[in-house]
Amino acid sequence: MKPLRVTSHSIACAAGIGLPALSAALRNAASGLRPNDFGESPLATWIGRVSGVEDVRLPGHLLEWDCRNSRLAWMGLTSDGFLERAVAARDRYGADRVALVLGTSTSSIGATEEAYRRLLPDGQYPEDLRHPMAHTPHSTGDFVRAALDLEGVVVTVGTACSSSAKAFAQAERLMRLGIADAAIVGGVDSLCGSVLFGFNSLELVSPEPCRPFDVSRRGISIGEAGSFALLERDGEQGPWLLGHGESSDAHHMSSPHPQGLGARLAIEAAFESAGLTPDVVDYINLHGTASQRNDEVEARVVADLFPAATRASSTKGWTGHTLGAAGIVEAVITFLAMEGGFVPGTLNAQELDPACGPQVRLSNEPADVRVALSNSFGFGGSNCALLFGRDTHA
Amino acid sequence: MPESMAPRYTAFVDGVAFWAPRIPGWTVARSVLRGESEAQAQPAPRPAPGLLAPTERRRAPDTVAIALEVAVGACENAGADPRELASVFACTEGDLAITDYMSETLAHTPTLISPTRFHNSVHNAAAGYWTIGTGCMRPYTALSAHRYTFGEGLLEALVQAESNGRATLLVAYDIESRGPLATMAPSRGIVGAAVIVTPTAGARSLARIGWSTARGTERTAPLPRNAELVAGNAMAACLPLFEAMAIEEDRTVRLGLSPSLSLEIHFDFPTGNEGRWS
Repeated sequence: MKPLRVTSHSIACAAGIGLPALSAALRNAASGLRPNDFGESPLATWIGRVSGVEDVRLPGHLLEWDCRNSRLAWMGLTSDGFLERAVAARDRYGADRVALVLGTSTSSIGATEEAYRRLLPDGQYPEDLRHPMAHTPHSTGDFVRAALDLEGVVVTVGTACSSSAKAFAQAERLMRLGIADAAIVGGVDSLCGSVLFGFNSLELVSPEPCRPFDVSRRGISIGEAGSFALLERDGEQGPWLLGHGESSDAHHMSSPHPQGLGARLAIEAAFESAGLTPDVVDYINLHGTASQRNDEVEARVVADLFPAATRASSTKGWTGHTLGAAGIVEAVITFLAMEGGFVPGTLNAQELDPACGPQVRLSNEPADVRVALSNSFGFGGSNCALLFGRDTHA
Repeated sequence: MPESMAPRYTAFVDGVAFWAPRIPGWTVARSVLRGESEAQAQPAPRPAPGLLAPTERRRAPDTVAIALEVAVGACENAGADPRELASVFACTEGDLAITDYMSETLAHTPTLISPTRFHNSVHNAAAGYWTIGTGCMRPYTALSAHRYTFGEGLLEALVQAESNGRATLLVAYDIESRGPLATMAPSRGIVGAAVIVTPTAGARSLARIGWSTARGTERTAPLPRNAELVAGNAMAACLPLFEAMAIEEDRTVRLGLSPSLSLEIHFDFPTGNEGRWS
């Protein structure tokens, strides 16, 4: 594929609202995780909760989409000057020529959960929650469309934890074929009962802050985030999307392929689309959820495919697992690594699983990151790997 | 604002499948949509896809059952190997019954959430079961776009076929709403629809289509007698495409992609035995 430039990006996650805050948290090894204080009877776990979501007030014309996910989306949109750049791109290219591809796993389901908690005696939703667009999977995509006044392709990707990584791939295809001249890619997932109690039912939730790739890791810490990127064919500044690869595990709904076959296929496809080989990768942001199976399988795949000098880490110790937003959150972290001349380590991990090769790093290190890979793997065996570069070529 | 420069592409439809309660399967649906026979009076029971093991067949969520039914149907219709197909799964509301269950359980006994229902609650559950059941390792995606879900799903299938040079399966489905959620996300009955689109003509290609995006709010309405067969279902907007495939007359179908953008599809059918494109 022809590289696309990420001319603007933004983030709101537990480790920082805005790029400067996230960059500082990464450098200072300051985790955004906290003991679970979400909901009325919180499970004993740690979460990556974004402070201040409850206090967000949406503009009046966007109130029909009001819910935690839309507020988190708004925090992401209004961070880092993204909203202004997105609006300028819309005006430059035309509102129908800018595509919006948004990844989310649970979208606005927190609003539906709240409605069921507060049902009226006759079984109706409470009046303040009777907004159909806040109770549908496309809720957040439609909210961002309305917020930016877009008139082009608008679609929500829901492939669980690979959603917003796959949004980059879909946006690139739309631009390659000329269906759009620019694209806004987003990932937004917010804390809700479904994911906290759902992952708990699968015994995947850690009672302590997650420790990706640690030999005695105990599961994931669920997080939330809203993050956006503007893709253009060219521009004055920003990292480049060099390639993307997708695959299916064809193995199990909630457990990865034991040999990581799907993950390998996605990574290989990303290199093929970029016309690059693994030896050019300076940094890999791993999926690294801190679940037993994911980390074991992913560590083996990386040990097999990459040279020892490639640095790799999971940054979920900072952000928690932001599920459908993880793909873009971790893309943004690779951008910070490229700009800042450092790679983040694997926060909270102390002793690495023996499955890890020399690539997986515990501590932050200074490094010149020219090419970075970001892995995202989701339930249902959906895999996506993204390759980014500081320049258009390795 | 600059003038839109939407390019036009050509693709081929190689396989079709359709299921709604009174027209359960493409053979009967085609005949009814053509006006050659009446829809059955009694709704058919939910399909039980053979792709799943017998125990899973009964327990599978409605979304999985209907999606697999039409995905298998389209592959059989096209004579295509499912393992060779990338796929796009499009569903407006996800599994409404599971969302109702999850929300209800979370309101009262959150720690008793069923792990199986939780992993079946993801928007890509049907796609996951499809790739597991067929052993397909090619990519799938799972999309929603509210009332524009079918149009966006078909666009992505066409974009993938064109950009990857491969046949791509579109599977679109929505099920019946349950519980209080039905007041916000109404959907009646079960509807499943699938097509396989390819960038180049094959021996079994059924139609040639020229497609492009276009500004405008004009959308193709189905014939009233057909519209009632899917009325109230969240995937009802898929019908004009399948009407076109059934009636086999050259025509243009406009499907919504967003409030002011459409997918324009011009259908071109072979005439007689010499009309094939390969």
